[in-house]
Order: sequence, then C-alpha cells, then structure tokens
Amino acid sequence: MANTAEAPGAPPQDERVKELSTFRKMMIRPELGAIAGTILVFLLFLSIARDTGMFSPEGIMTWSTVSAQFVIIAVGACLLMIAGEFDLSVGSMIGFAGIVIAITSVSWGWPVWMSIITAFILAMAIGALNGYLVIKTGLPSFIVTLAFLYILRGLTIFGAIFTTQKTIIGGVKDVAQGDWLAPLFGGTVFTGLFQWFADLGWIDTFSRGSRIGQPIVDGVPMLIIWAIILLIGGHILLTRTRFGNWIYASGGDAQAARYAGVPVNRVKITMFMFTAFCATVFATCQVMEFGSAAADRGLLKEFEAIISVVIGGALLTGGYGSVVGAALGALIFGVVQQGLFFAGVESSLFRVFLGIILLLAVILNTYIRRIITGEK
Amino acid sequence: MGEPIIQMRNIEKHFGSVIALAGVSLDVVAGECHCLLGDNGAGKSTFIKTMSGVHKPTKGEIFFEGKPLHFNRPRDAISAGIATVYQDLAMIPLMSVSRNFFMGNEPLKKIAGISFFDHEFANRVTMEEMRKMGINLRGPDQAVGTLSGGERQTVAIARAVHFGAKILILDEPTSALGVRQTANVLATVDRVRNEGIAVVFITHNVRHAMAVGDRYTVLNRGKTLGTAIRDEITPEELQDMMAGGQELAKLEGSLGGTV
Repeated sequence: MANTAEAPGAPPQDERVKELSTFRKMMIRPELGAIAGTILVFLLFLSIARDTGMFSPEGIMTWSTVSAQFVIIAVGACLLMIAGEFDLSVGSMIGFAGIVIAITSVSWGWPVWMSIITAFILAMAIGALNGYLVIKTGLPSFIVTLAFLYILRGLTIFGAIFTTQKTIIGGVKDVAQGDWLAPLFGGTVFTGLFQWFADLGWIDTFSRGSRIGQPIVDGVPMLIIWAIILLIGGHILLTRTRFGNWIYASGGDAQAARYAGVPVNRVKITMFMFTAFCATVFATCQVMEFGSAAADRGLLKEFEAIISVVIGGALLTGGYGSVVGAALGALIFGVVQQGLFFAGVESSLFRVFLGIILLLAVILNTYIRRIITGEK
Repeated sequence: MGEPIIQMRNIEKHFGSVIALAGVSLDVVAGECHCLLGDNGAGKSTFIKTMSGVHKPTKGEIFFEGKPLHFNRPRDAISAGIATVYQDLAMIPLMSVSRNFFMGNEPLKKIAGISFFDHEFANRVTMEEMRKMGINLRGPDQAVGTLSGGERQTVAIARAVHFGAKILILDEPTSALGVRQTANVLATVDRVRNEGIAVVFITHNVRHAMAVGDRYTVLNRGKTLGTAIRDEITPEELQDMMAGGQELAKLEGSLGGTV
C-alpha cells in the first residue's frame, strides 16, 4: 500500500463544506454580540431619553468621556485576556498610580512630568512582577493578581496617610501649570474647532460668568484621544502584526505555541505590563482632570474592564477575542450608565441593566464562537 | 540506502533514579519512513523528545549530517531542520488555519518602516499547501477547530514540510483517528517521504506501521530490540517484540489476531 497510495490531486468540492453566504460571513464575527448590543442600547436611549439632553453636544461629551475611560482599561484587559491571563489588580493599580503622582509632585515637589513617568515605570514594573509570578509559579493569574488587588490598595492607602495624613491629595492642578507632559493627559484638543462650532451656533455658549461667550463643550478631552489611540493601536497590534499572532497563540494553547517557537512567557509578561500601562493612563487622566488623587480611586474597575471585554466577544479562557468588540462593550457600559442618569431612572437599576446586557451578549457570543471555531 | 541524516548512538536518559532509556541506537535516512514502535511506557516519547531537543541525553551521541550535535532548546532542533508534530499539540483550534500555519514563522512586510503580518502572502500559501494536501478549506480564515483530527495532523505535517524540515517526527499521528482519516494521514506520510524527507513515525499500531514503514525499530522497557527492514519481518513478529513476548501470544489466541 505504501507505494500505491497516490496523492489526491485537487479535490472536488467537498459536499460537506457548506458555502456561506456573504451576508452570513459578514455577520459571523467575534464582535457581533457587541455590535448588536450597541445598536440596541442606542435605540433604547434614543427612544426614552432623546429630549433629556443626552444627545446634545454636552450630553454626548459626558457619555463619550465615561465610555472612553472604560475603553482605556478594556483594551489592556482584552489583549491580556486573549493572551490567556487576567489582571484583577487594575483597579488598585489606578489608585496606586494616581497617589504616586500626587505624593511625588505635591508633597515632594517633583516636576509633574517626572511624577507621571515614575508612576508609569512603577506600575509597569508591578505589571511585569505580576506576569513573572504567574509564569514562574504556574498559579492562575486570577489568584496572583487578586493578591495584588489587596497589596496595592493597602500600600496606596498606607502611603497616602503616611506621607500626608490624608487619603485624598489635592493641588495637582496648580503644580501641573506649565508642565510639558501634563497636557498630554489633562487638557482638551481641537478647541479652535469647537469655538468655531460655537460661533456658528452649533454648540451653546456660556451666557453668564467668567467664561461668557465660550462654548460649553470647549474641545475633545485627551482622555478620549487616548482611548482612540489605544483602540486603534491595540486592534492593529492584535490583527496585523506578528506579535498579535503570538498573543492569540499564547492564549489559545501555550504549550503548542511553545513547540512552534513562540516566546509565550515574554508575550504574557508584556501584556501584563501593557495592562498596567493602560491603568496608569486612566489614572493620570483622572488626576489631571480632578486635580487630585484619592487612594480609593479605581474601585471595581478591573471587573468593569473584564465585563466590557466579555461583552465584546472575548473568551474568558483566552485565545479568542477582539479589541473593537471590547471597545464597543465599553461604549455600551458608558452609554447605559449615563443614559439611565439622563432618563432619570433610579440609579440602582443600572446594575440590573448591566447584568442583563452581560448575560445576553455572552449567550450570543458563545453561539457565534461555536460556529466560527467548531467548539463543542 | 544513503548516508543517515541523523544517527542516535547508545542514547541513555535517566530521570532521577528512573532509567527511561538504556542505550537506544537508531539512524534515519533521507526519504525513508522509519517506524518507532513500542507499547506505552517503552520510552518512545522520551526518545523523540531527545531527538527534538526537549531533553538532553544523559549519555550517548547524536550525529546530524555526520557532525556531532548538541541541542539546548527545541528551537535549535527546529532550526536544524528537525520538526516534530505532536498528537494533541499540533494546532491551536481557536485560530485560523492560516494563522496556525505560520505560527512562529510569521511572514512580515514593511509598511512605513513598521513590520506587519503579511496576511495576503500567508493566506495564499496556506490555500496552496492545503490544496496540495487534499484539504478543502472554506477560506484561509477558517478556524482549525472546524477541521477533523486527521486534517489537523495533515496541516501540521504540511507546515513542517513547508518550513524546510529534513526530519519529520510524527508522534502517534494516527492513534486517535478513524479509518478514513488514518488512511489520509498515511498517504500524506508517503508523499512526504517521496519528497526526500526522513520521517520518524511513532506508533503502537503495527498495521499502520506496516502500511508506510521502510524500517522498524522496536522499543521495549527503554531498550531497543534492533532495527528490521521491511519484507524481513512480519506483523506478528513486530507485535511480539513490542509486547515483549509471551502474554500477548496467549491473548491473541482468544482475540483472533486482531490486536
């Protein structure tokens, strides 16, 4: 038989390989659940909250800003989850990075740019430590980062009280005046454009007070710019680069990836560091906006990030997901939170809503994923 | 028969006090299918892991293309041209065929100085290679999870061949497969051998070994019982050597030689 087994030539079309219609092909994608959810949520609020100012320039800016916050941490959580790991210390990391900036700049008098860079270096070093411990001990990242959720929060509160006797440190805005790095996280851009919109009458202007004549929405906050940059950058990294292929492979099956020569450990540790980077971007923007840092900031943010990612179609066990989906999940999160506020719905119902959306999106996502990947 | 491409001489491997391999020798020639047979626990996996650079031998020598060779990492073996296809770990089911095919060997193209994954090239090559292997794909983005077990093995073999493997080690590629899929994989092995690649085929199924093998080496309890050439040995003899003789002979009477 050995010598008679002929190589089959170009095979005829297999009768069991179904041709998919173009429409079905377009529909069957990881983000479908999130796309459907986004449309649903917008339709809902367009019908119940159209006259409440939710879709006026200020209203749009409010929910965009809140959504952008979620996007920033969701992009990090998404890539890490696809690489097969979790980070539950994101929320504590946000509080930690904020306090580091405030203590070093306000209490110790460092230049703000140095404080910001220090916060990034410390946070990313802790991210690397998270990753290193997960790789070296072989423990689930759930446990390792849960430990850091407590360690970091405790250290943050201790550090704030030890140096300033307070858990909220203000005055960052004053010391950030004239700093070259701070505007990258604070400020707004396209202010000229928005002034022009106001002159055209598209945006309302202040009619009283010190800012009379200025538009109510004076530009796009840097927070939103960061969200867009991270979203596009994360999406390109995941889908269009070699490293992106390694991220999928590391989360899909770490051992198979290692056999194929993928540096799985390096990929995972880098993703832990990237998650910490995203948390620090969030923290810095928040500190610059409020002009203060508080030791309890970022509470529960890790779960909000993970929920956004899961609504966005990522698989909790790794190897599958989409950055665009995660960003849409974050948008749903922000719009629902702010929309219920605009619609005057009792705020406790937000969680009910969120739970229902989470459940529906995940059921739909599981169904889609089974079609795509042939999972049983 | 030509010069051996790889020679393993008196390989010993000890794990603490356990002697997994007690002096195994084997050589593989380009264009042959060398079957490595043995029951569970005979040391087949340890032996091929030594060959593919996962384990370092405790004693013994490895010659690759006539020169002594020391692997420190699996990566060294891969770059030398020794590719291993593991039974369950060949592919990542959640990823597309094209992404799997180029995993660890991603083609790059530069746009504005930044390296990007060249999907166009990867997709084209994947479709071409799959067509050669007789696998129908809906598209290069079809997930590996939608392929059958035999097709996954075939994709993994095609991948190894495409990336220039000189020696292809197949770790029980047929043990979890149905009849038709097994036939497909065996046909693939035959085609690869005919391209001049040395194939090391690990199995405990004598019939699969007889179907494609040129030479047979049987391992039993960490020792080799010698290498036999096709036509000089019968399936029954191979079976006996694998089982170490007696017990199976008794069983075989009641099973009618179907093991």
